[in-house]
Amino acid sequence: MRKFLFRVSAIVLAISLMTPLLANSQESILDKVKNRGKLICGVHGGLPGFGFLGEDGKWSGFDADFGRAIAAAVLGDPSKVEFVPLNAAERFTALQTGEIDVLIRNTTWTLSRDAELGTDFTPPTFYDGQGFMLPKSLNIKSLKELAGASIGVTAGSTTELNLTDTMRSLGLEFNPVVYEDIDTLYSSYDAGRVDVVTSDKSQLVARRKDLKNPDDHIILDETISKEPLGPLTIHGDNKWNDAVSWVVYATFFAEEHNITQENVKTLKTDNPEIKRFLGESGEMGKKLGLPKDWAKQIIISVGNYGEIFERNLTPIGLPRGINKPWTQGGLLYSMPFR
Amino acid sequence: MENLAITQEVKPPNTSKSPLKWLQDNLFNTWYNTILTCLALVFLFLVFRGVLTWVFTQANWKVVPANLQILMIGPYSIEQVWRIWIVLDTLLVLLGLSAAVWKGLVLRISTVIASIGLIFLLIPLDLVKKIETDPATLEFNLNIVYLIFFKRRWLLGGLVLFGITFFLGRDRNSLRRWVIGGWILSFPWTMIVLHGFGENTISTTNWGGLLLTLILAAVGIAACFPLGVLLALGRRSQLPAIKWVSTIYIETIRGVPLITILFMGSIILPIFIPGDFQLDKVIRAMIALTLFSAAYMAENVRGGLQAIPQGQVEAAQAVGLTYPKTMLFIVLPQALRAVIPAIVGQFISLFKDTSLVSIVGLLDLLGIAKSILGNPKWQGLYVEVYIFIALIYFIFTFAMSFVSRKIEADLGVGKH
Repeated sequence: MRKFLFRVSAIVLAISLMTPLLANSQESILDKVKNRGKLICGVHGGLPGFGFLGEDGKWSGFDADFGRAIAAAVLGDPSKVEFVPLNAAERFTALQTGEIDVLIRNTTWTLSRDAELGTDFTPPTFYDGQGFMLPKSLNIKSLKELAGASIGVTAGSTTELNLTDTMRSLGLEFNPVVYEDIDTLYSSYDAGRVDVVTSDKSQLVARRKDLKNPDDHIILDETISKEPLGPLTIHGDNKWNDAVSWVVYATFFAEEHNITQENVKTLKTDNPEIKRFLGESGEMGKKLGLPKDWAKQIIISVGNYGEIFERNLTPIGLPRGINKPWTQGGLLYSMPFR
Repeated sequence: MENLAITQEVKPPNTSKSPLKWLQDNLFNTWYNTILTCLALVFLFLVFRGVLTWVFTQANWKVVPANLQILMIGPYSIEQVWRIWIVLDTLLVLLGLSAAVWKGLVLRISTVIASIGLIFLLIPLDLVKKIETDPATLEFNLNIVYLIFFKRRWLLGGLVLFGITFFLGRDRNSLRRWVIGGWILSFPWTMIVLHGFGENTISTTNWGGLLLTLILAAVGIAACFPLGVLLALGRRSQLPAIKWVSTIYIETIRGVPLITILFMGSIILPIFIPGDFQLDKVIRAMIALTLFSAAYMAENVRGGLQAIPQGQVEAAQAVGLTYPKTMLFIVLPQALRAVIPAIVGQFISLFKDTSLVSIVGLLDLLGIAKSILGNPKWQGLYVEVYIFIALIYFIFTFAMSFVSRKIEADLGVGKH
């Protein structure tokens, strides 16, 4: 028995000494994904419009479509992606430990997260911001008129902090009502237990549809916080971060130049930049470590940014807002393809 | 004559009354009780009317059939659903053999399970096909329902195998140890079949819904029981090292909520595991559930052990039985029998606790429910979805407690 135990502990010791050696290979995730033949993408388990499991057992939503875009670019097949639903607490750990290759789970780009968390951000795919929803009958048109109102908010989020900061800087007294659960927040608001509810505007819009009389509620124009949401990769893997960033730019670029899922296969053009984009000239793909027609594959499989938006977010009632190409006054700006 | 009367049993007075008399005695015996009864009736009427109106007119139950596929198997590929059927058929074979060699209660339970399968088999195929091919009336795809529940070949095959193994195994009691071995092997077998290998691997990320809930519960129950027994014996051991390790383990785990252990497993553990080696998320949850339940199981079993008089152990030692044999054949059978209700209670709460894994991002029944509510099409229908999964949880937990009561009755717990 003692001999046996000795042997077991020797084996365990040997394995534990060897694993760090195995792990130290400095392989880019890009190569890992290619070798594996499958992308592993962290998403939200159930966020209207962004990430949820469809009736057919396939992941749907805005974030999931960007995961498919990456798979299409790297592997030439949008279906070669495995989605891992993650909660808010474990998402960064999953990325740091390599459990997932890329995290697309409406994560706000902040300085602390960029600098401290061991993660790198790629261009935001959605610019959100905190807003306020209230009944029309209150006849309030701007934030300054909210003095003395009871404002519902979910606990422990940056939303709560933003609310307090804003109201303090405006010098307004207000009565915060904190809810633990998001469903309770909106049902309380609907029942009139709080005057105003505050959250990210995308959420306010999505939730307004479920109120008893959606038309009786307005969302104030003012936005009190910046919430740029985009994909994240692990810190230090520049090759992989570049690839994911340019997948995002490709969707912007396609919309800027009106390249759609429908016309991309038959598109004839003399524009040298579009030719480079489609992989007909230049070696854009090679420089990124991607196939020649990587951008074309993205558009074939999920379409340009506008199409992704219209497929996922327009149905839940989200307006394009600032999530428009820069040519139309929005914030989406693709870096040049040259 | 008089002597006989003394030995005659004195029967208790007849307490049964006519319903009318019962009502009068219990509900309308005084004026204030009459008022209370009337008020309670009005209240019950209003509640029932409210609930029934909601269930039949306001609730949108379409969300359930439309999402039945993901509620049952989650993102598991529908083309690969035959794997689940292989597992179910394997279990039917084992059930058939068990019924044959143990008879009694096992036979009765197996019969009930097989009958439920038979009922599914006998639902007219035409009806299903009609629903399936009439998209005008229903917007959701019942084709999928058909695929999951009415793949009759597999169900029929399983039931036939159940019958065959039952008849082949009848009265062959020597098979018992093989059947037990089969049940133990069915766990790795299930995992291998569901996971597959090589090209067709279905990683555990894609296991979900009721499938995942049942796997987590089954593995947790099967693993926490032996571990709990060992810990209970360890805590009563005379060897100080074993005694203290067991005690510290039990008290530490019992001092921490399950959700903490799950978070440890899903967030902290991966940081300590070096490099590319990754412990699967589902396996981490299984380990957390098992370790947690084992501590409670140990205390339940210890309660049973304490009920066994020391004389039993001494008698066993006197006839020369070793410690393992004393425990295995003398102490544990009596101890466990005494604590069946507590053990089954622990199993039931483990089954319900599996729903906590949805917080660490696994798509069990509750995780799927949350995901459905993230679908813009079904947003806001949380009452319907949650009632449906509550019903599933109830069916399983009630079945467990029912079987437990039958086992108690069979073993005569509390009678002798």
